[in-house]
Amino acid sequence: MSEATGIGASVKRREDLRFITGSGTYTDDMNQPGQAYAVFLRSPYARAKIGAIDSSEAMAIEGVLAVYTGQDTAADGLGDIPCGWLVKSKDGSDMVAAPHPPLAVTQTNYVGEPYGIVIAESVAVAKQAAEAVTTEFTELNAVVDVASAAQSEQIHEGVVDNLAYDWELGEKAATEAALASAAHVTELDIINNRLIPNAIEPRAAIGCHDRVADHFTLYTTSQNPHLERLILSAFVKIAPEHKLRIVSPDVGGGFGSKIFVYAEETAVIWASKKVGRPVKWTAERGESFLADAHGRDHVTHAELGLDADGRFVALKVRTTANLGAYLSTFGAAVPTYLYGTLMAGQYKTPNIYVEVQGVYTNTAPVDAYRGAGRPEATYVVERLVETAARELGKDPTDLRRMNMIQPGDFPYETPVALVYDTGDYEASLDKALEHSDYQGIDARRVEARERGKRRGIGFACYIEACGLAPSQLAIQLGAGVGLYESGEVRMHPTGSVTVFTGSHSHGQGHETTFAQVVSTKLGVPFEDVEIVHGDTGRVEFGLGTYGSRSLAVGGSALVMASEKIIAKARIIAAHMMETEADNVTFADGVFSSSNQQVTIQEVAFAAYVPADYPEDLEPGLSEKAFYDPENFTYPAGTHVAEVEIDETTGVVELVNFVAVDDFGHIVNPMIVDGQVHGGVAQGVGQALLEHGIYDENGQLLTGSFMDYCMPRADDLPDFTVDTTVTPCTHNPLGVKGCGEAGAIGSPAAVMNAITDALGVKDISMPATSEKVWRALRRE
Amino acid sequence: MKISITVNGRQHDVDLPQTNALLVDVLREQLHLTGTHVGCDTSQCGACTVHLEGRAVKSCAILAVQVDGQAITTIEGIGTPDDLHPMQAAFRDCHALQCGFCTPGMIMSAIDLVQNSDSLDNRAVREGLEGNICRCTGYHNIVKAVLQAQESM
Amino acid sequence: MYQFNYHKPATLDEATALYKEADDPIYLSGGQTLIPTMKQRLAAPTDVIDLAGIDGLSGITVSGGVVQIGAFTRHAQVAESEAVRSAIPALADLAGQIGDGQVRNRGTMGGSVANSDPAADYPAAVVGLGATVHTDQRDIAGDDFFKDLFETALQPAEIITSIDFPVPTRAAYQKFPNPASRYAVVGVLIADFDGTIRVGVTGAGPCAFRACSIEDVLNENLDPDALDGVEVPDAGFNNDLHASAEYRAHLVKIMAKRAVVQLG
Repeated sequence: MSEATGIGASVKRREDLRFITGSGTYTDDMNQPGQAYAVFLRSPYARAKIGAIDSSEAMAIEGVLAVYTGQDTAADGLGDIPCGWLVKSKDGSDMVAAPHPPLAVTQTNYVGEPYGIVIAESVAVAKQAAEAVTTEFTELNAVVDVASAAQSEQIHEGVVDNLAYDWELGEKAATEAALASAAHVTELDIINNRLIPNAIEPRAAIGCHDRVADHFTLYTTSQNPHLERLILSAFVKIAPEHKLRIVSPDVGGGFGSKIFVYAEETAVIWASKKVGRPVKWTAERGESFLADAHGRDHVTHAELGLDADGRFVALKVRTTANLGAYLSTFGAAVPTYLYGTLMAGQYKTPNIYVEVQGVYTNTAPVDAYRGAGRPEATYVVERLVETAARELGKDPTDLRRMNMIQPGDFPYETPVALVYDTGDYEASLDKALEHSDYQGIDARRVEARERGKRRGIGFACYIEACGLAPSQLAIQLGAGVGLYESGEVRMHPTGSVTVFTGSHSHGQGHETTFAQVVSTKLGVPFEDVEIVHGDTGRVEFGLGTYGSRSLAVGGSALVMASEKIIAKARIIAAHMMETEADNVTFADGVFSSSNQQVTIQEVAFAAYVPADYPEDLEPGLSEKAFYDPENFTYPAGTHVAEVEIDETTGVVELVNFVAVDDFGHIVNPMIVDGQVHGGVAQGVGQALLEHGIYDENGQLLTGSFMDYCMPRADDLPDFTVDTTVTPCTHNPLGVKGCGEAGAIGSPAAVMNAITDALGVKDISMPATSEKVWRALRRE
Repeated sequence: MKISITVNGRQHDVDLPQTNALLVDVLREQLHLTGTHVGCDTSQCGACTVHLEGRAVKSCAILAVQVDGQAITTIEGIGTPDDLHPMQAAFRDCHALQCGFCTPGMIMSAIDLVQNSDSLDNRAVREGLEGNICRCTGYHNIVKAVLQAQESM
Repeated sequence: MYQFNYHKPATLDEATALYKEADDPIYLSGGQTLIPTMKQRLAAPTDVIDLAGIDGLSGITVSGGVVQIGAFTRHAQVAESEAVRSAIPALADLAGQIGDGQVRNRGTMGGSVANSDPAADYPAAVVGLGATVHTDQRDIAGDDFFKDLFETALQPAEIITSIDFPVPTRAAYQKFPNPASRYAVVGVLIADFDGTIRVGVTGAGPCAFRACSIEDVLNENLDPDALDGVEVPDAGFNNDLHASAEYRAHLVKIMAKRAVVQLG
């Protein structure tokens, strides 16, 4: 029996064969004839004026081709790297976007910021030359602390109080009034710790310029090559789009950090024309730590008002979000439209008001990292709810249950601008309680106590909005691009199919799931469908992969294109069977009339060899579609963490983790489970291990895996994952995004478990052993 | 400076550009065996793991000159698409990889772990893989794959 | 990595001669610390002298109540050695907790001890077991070997050849690993030599040391609870991102208690 390959089957991934045999092609595995190598000049200071740069000694080293600085890119007319989302402040004014030149020209604003590029015959020579460049810096006071950034020295000219924007959402007066009359108000001060994404493949780029055609090709580690092309073309002015090709081959993880347009890739493609040679750059991990966009980094005060019965009456949130030194590609949107809009969570809180001050600091830019705004929102809501339950002496699951939006309430419009289409939150909660044996927790606490361990359980009932949409609304709200996705289904004369998607896979398994979708829709063998992605030279357009959008948006585009194929093929089939199209049915790759059948492969052949063919119908069988979703998808679920804390050392062990998620219909359950596992591990990492720390001078203290603690296998238990299903109401597959859920629910669940075990109101992430030990000592 | 090494059963005479060339550099750049990856600069992520004289080592923490005369096996040397090593097969079977970047190193470590342990349970696999970082899978399916491969190795 | 001259001497004499001739030489043993350090351009020796070609530096022998381990013996060999496991199981345990599997397959005992990294594991055994460090020139008592942060009693050019670990009645090693680097935040080795207790501590201070206050208490009463009242002063302890001096002092006590429990 052959393996099932349709929608819903756990098809083994076809991309795996190359990865497990070492035959993947990542950017650093590629080389171009005659290539030279780049090393960047990076600021040793968090904030410094750039004075004279002397590269004469470097240029004298044999094998050095060029040393360029920000002066050179500026002189060449290279544009700034833009932020792709314009956020407006409370008073209606536009956010203040500090200019972000690809290479710093007059001032550097974070440690590791590139201000020059050295190009040589080898990396070793380029490094030697970079060390030989002398730069006169005048060090300035660094602004590092997010909470006091507004009261600190001004970093950028024209940015008063280092404030990019002061944004709000919801009804302030009504929320404050409801809080004032609430029977109980739970307050929390919360820090959402800075994270460093650390995809295991460091960023890399090879820029090439064809002098004859004046055409550029950039091979790079991008999650969204078309967006990169658009920005490099329209804003940075590298070249017009038809003269610029971006190829994103196998990419070793992204988690958001490879969405953005960075200085290094920009400088490499620009420099390839200047030196007339392909230029290759591969980040060392230390560079990734310094110069990849970081994630999270919020300071928040939040208040939840409840009535005498425990019903939520109001939620007020004030957050200061660290944007870093510059606004990265989506940096402005993450702590606003991807954060404030999620504050209703799974609950019918009638009054919500969120205000967010986005501040600049002399740290690496902060942008989307797996979950992007939604883990932060979930952390606020779910830490508050759990704390409120404790303060009121209620069971935390009961308190949640009585406030949850019920299945009959959908579509449900929240006070913070979203309309949830569907869900059944209690179903996930019930299943999660069963898997986690909530009934037995008291016995487990007692048993643990006998072993000198404090056992605690914590919940997070999260919701997320993913597959950002729709384009028109997003653009009204400040998005600089549409949020649709493109797809092309090209059926060949012999019936095999090449599919082109604007979505990009860097671990998600598109080559498998998208083939499952198209082969099921067209009724052709799975093996006959091949997926092409990650090359602006082959794929028409696309917005890439971020925000758990690939299947919900990109997959939907492929369904639309497949349906167009079927519609056209039906006309051809009807002609072949000498009947009307209306009389033809299609199932499992076969068109049937009352007395005849033709396969879609036969139709394809007829379409390309149109001997006897419908009049007025174009030959060929290839269709494109752009799918623009009418709404977000709203995955939701319950995560339950159980921890044991060693009373003597403060070490927290995650002993059990249950995730029950509603992703709507599922195309490949194996892959979905894997996405949840990975997301949970990153969320647990945030809660227990990971923290990007700068010292008061803006030096990154956690600049390597020696000091930045990545989750290892022995830090984690096996996870229990399960799903419930309420299909998305507005996309053709009924699917919701699954890539970020794990990272969204888990930090709050883990921290709720830790505070439960300790009996303390709050402890900041990551809950390191020393922090926990200190909390235990305060008892 | 010349060294002679046996890689995946084939002997290579390699002319090192400089004495400071790392084993991983020679594998990737001179022998074009790009399945061995570099994921960090502090010799911690384990993406560069290969077998040296049969044991897992980090090829980014070894100078090429140090292995003159020795035998190295890389991910390219343990199986082919048509004839996978049981560990490779188990990784695919259990969905133990996503982006694939850490995978070669993870597989090479896992093979050493299984070969040099009596009988591994879940915890022992987790502890045995502490020299390899994966950012995608949360390790759940990697552990499952190693336990599965153990049965057929 | 900066450029350097590479040497692979065949004898100790040749190695020391090379060392003395070079401007800024360094010995290379397993290289698990040195090579990453050089790779990050934090060390720039002019000459790297690889000790791998010298015969007789590797191996394990047990006789006369002493486990002798050659300096070039790799951590995995010690961890997996039946001889070590039956004579001093705590030493095999310790070796099995160094770094990670790949590091243990490559790193050597001599390299680790000579480097005197404050967070390395072996120094706890050298001190705790009262080892004797043999060099090409002399014998150095374990108690006198570690001097300070990355500083030992070794003279320039001097090479560790082997280390003798006296076999105790029983011993135990307890490590509190740094979750990021897996080095020891604190490691405590407790050895019982016919009722005389030695306590070696690594990770807590600038280099490994004997915890005399703990030894005194345990010599009176070899009971984990006896340590409850002991003050471990944190003066001079390491204080960094991963653990304050105060927390390290607390961990020394906790790891010591656990080691006593493990002694059985």
